[in-house]
Amino acid sequence: MKTRIENVSRRDFFKAGAGLTLALVLPSARGAAARVAGPGIAGSAPAVAAAFEANAFVRIGTDNTVTVLAKHLEMGQGTYTGLATLVAEELDADWAQVVVEGAPADAARYNNLFWGPAQGTGGSTAIANSFAQMRHAGATARAMLVQAAAGRWKVAAESITISAGVVSHAPSGRKAGFGELAEAAAALSLPATVTLKDPKDFTLIGKHAPRKDSVAKTTGRAMFTQDVKLPGMLVAVVAHPPRFGATVRGVDDTAARAVPGVVDVVRIPSGVAVLAGDYWTARKGRDALQVDWDETAAWRGSSAQLLADYRRLAATPGAVARNDGDAEAALGKADKVVEAEFAFPYLAHAAMEPLNCVMKLDADGCEVWNGEQFQTVDQAVVAAILGLKPEQVKLNMLFAGGSFGRRANPKSDYLVETAHIVKAIGGRAPVKLVWSREDDMRGGHYRPLYLHRLRAALDATGRPQAWSQRIVGQSIMLGSPFESLMIKDGVDATSVEGAANLPYAIPNLAVDLHTTNALTKVPVQWWRSVGSSHTGFATEVFMDELALAAGSDPVAYRLELLAAHPRHAAVLQLAAEKAGWGTPLQAASDGGRRGRGVAVHESFNSFVAQVVETTVAADGSFRVDRVVCAVDCGIAVNPDVIRAQMEGGIGFALAAALSGEITLRDGQVEQSNFHDYTVLRINEMLAVEVHIVPSAEKPSGVGEPGVPPLAPALVNALYAATGKRIRRLPIGTQLQG
Amino acid sequence: MTTFILNGQRVSPDLPDDTPLLWALRDGLDLTGTKFGCGMGLCGACTVHLDGEPVRACSTPLSAVAGKKVTTIEGVDAARAGQAVQAAWQKLDVVQCGYCQSGQIMSATALLVANPRPTDAEIDAAMSGNICRCATYVRIRAAIHEAATALA
Repeated sequence: MKTRIENVSRRDFFKAGAGLTLALVLPSARGAAARVAGPGIAGSAPAVAAAFEANAFVRIGTDNTVTVLAKHLEMGQGTYTGLATLVAEELDADWAQVVVEGAPADAARYNNLFWGPAQGTGGSTAIANSFAQMRHAGATARAMLVQAAAGRWKVAAESITISAGVVSHAPSGRKAGFGELAEAAAALSLPATVTLKDPKDFTLIGKHAPRKDSVAKTTGRAMFTQDVKLPGMLVAVVAHPPRFGATVRGVDDTAARAVPGVVDVVRIPSGVAVLAGDYWTARKGRDALQVDWDETAAWRGSSAQLLADYRRLAATPGAVARNDGDAEAALGKADKVVEAEFAFPYLAHAAMEPLNCVMKLDADGCEVWNGEQFQTVDQAVVAAILGLKPEQVKLNMLFAGGSFGRRANPKSDYLVETAHIVKAIGGRAPVKLVWSREDDMRGGHYRPLYLHRLRAALDATGRPQAWSQRIVGQSIMLGSPFESLMIKDGVDATSVEGAANLPYAIPNLAVDLHTTNALTKVPVQWWRSVGSSHTGFATEVFMDELALAAGSDPVAYRLELLAAHPRHAAVLQLAAEKAGWGTPLQAASDGGRRGRGVAVHESFNSFVAQVVETTVAADGSFRVDRVVCAVDCGIAVNPDVIRAQMEGGIGFALAAALSGEITLRDGQVEQSNFHDYTVLRINEMLAVEVHIVPSAEKPSGVGEPGVPPLAPALVNALYAATGKRIRRLPIGTQLQG
Repeated sequence: MTTFILNGQRVSPDLPDDTPLLWALRDGLDLTGTKFGCGMGLCGACTVHLDGEPVRACSTPLSAVAGKKVTTIEGVDAARAGQAVQAAWQKLDVVQCGYCQSGQIMSATALLVANPRPTDAEIDAAMSGNICRCATYVRIRAAIHEAATALA
């Protein structure tokens, strides 16, 4: 029996080009998908697992369930909840009846509206690009339910209201749930236009809507890539080269194949894969492999050597990213010149779920289960390896156990590896690639190592007349599919973001860049907050140095230079006020020296200021006591998710500031697991106070913008406490020296 | 073959004795709520209860659980403390990516069974073996207090 009823009339709703098709589905169409094979589903209700060829954002079942199809990856940032909030708001659904399901790969319908024709999640754009789109989707569904009720009750549509999932006609006292009207609504054509709510009428946006993935993630039921198990599936563990650029010369797999349960050993471009029915067997097989690596083309450099090379480069001009006035001339005749050099290490994303991917080949093409962040790129790359068309690569987007950028790899690295394994075994079994923590930590694609050299000229009153910032480091975009889009005149926009758009009123302002990709083979990638992860630190620590050189208060000094940037100024003022800036800090009970520091930074169109309080012991060890954070991200769709992202971004940034560092020596990554790449633990977590600036501006991102201000605010606080300036991250034991 | 009690049921997975409990649970017994994070007992994502005590399943060979009771996230709600912890986690929306949270909940439940009213310092001491890269720690602390209150 065909029970699914789809509205087949389609109309492009949005000038941006995204077609919206509304579909209404009866619940009996929901086949019981294999427990481990369905798309990522989040919801308090029982899983709505349908083999539905989704081509829409909203589905309403006769059981009243509203299924929102999320086009963006849920990796912790709360986007499933946010996207559903937008739909439910305009639909006037009851929040409890809403469930969320990951959308399939279909860039024609599910593209990121900020990225043109590409589908993917990143740059803190999920809610920003979806704000109007998802509201339209909800409003359209609502209009059709109203129309269906009007037809059934033979009353004017204008006399019908919807509240919390109940459709009502007050004059007659008639009421209906969405489910009762679903079938009739499905038979209607889509309305030509819909009206969105006046923000004053919002009942969910800006209010508390609990996360849609809380139940699944607190009961062990949430489905991550690691949890997928298909019939006949083999688990693959790969021996990777010890150095970037090395390749396989030869393999002796005798011992590996002798491990009971090892099914196959195959050479692939990125190493040697051992396959077995389960992880532990495959892992034992890999450990027994004897691989002869050809290191002729391997990079054998070190972090220390790179830093020295970068320092030499910083003495010469680079490609111009910004040039206002004449900074060199102003520096040459200045009353006072302040100079500083800042250094940043490689950083691993180190998400809790090590990288993995499940792939299956069949007669129709390829099916992938993955914490899928970059659908359009991944489809094209996997298709090319397997000799398929991109649309033959079906992607199931599961929950990602963190990403911080890593799962949106510009070269689809781990999907490529999986595809090569599947290809090497002739597609005879589905394959789950599992990287160990060590594979993940040593697999490259790090936040690049950077060096910044800053100089500023202060006039007699201490105001900056010139600012020169030279940035040296690898380009993330070079060699990626986005090179032509993101690199102009030798400047990768992501290398200088947060610096080239410095908001402070400085008449002579120069930012230039040396791109160093020729010096190393360490692969690099965007890492939560991308360029701002280093530019935010260099600019905001240096501003603190200028304020102190000018004998000014760091908040007042910044505010004076932010007259043309009211949103920066507002978050700065709010954070300062809430933190009691200017009032003395309470003395530490253990006699430690206390300090307070501030930073403000814009990233991804959101504005965040943080005031950090720290206590430094006599031996130079310190604790980070509290941060007061003010954020302006436009309309706050889910205030509690925003608070959570600020808390999490702060903790993530603190980990990097305290001890985060991937180092290379003789071409080898020195860290391997959480004992030597230490991340934040609960005993190091500071108190976090978040204040959200009320705003009527369009929503902007929150996943990344909480990160950049933390490290500079902390270093500025440590200076306030000790008079010692940290200019190299991580802070480590520098105060103890 | 090792026999043990898993969430109240006797099981005898046909796996070598040196197989880590984590992989026996995940690949052998299809209970995937217990997560693989580091394989070295450093992150706590694989925390389960062994006769009520929190242990890291990735570093516990199957031979070590013979005849013992193992409780995983899938069975933690059999006890009142487990239910209270899960409810508190949901009430405060602790989770972000969620990958570590099975382990966090197992450690928190074991803490509350041993210490019904932990202080922040006691929470930090009991939970510092469980890494959360999303840094949901502020809420983990609050949720443990919340669960303690609910259980009181």
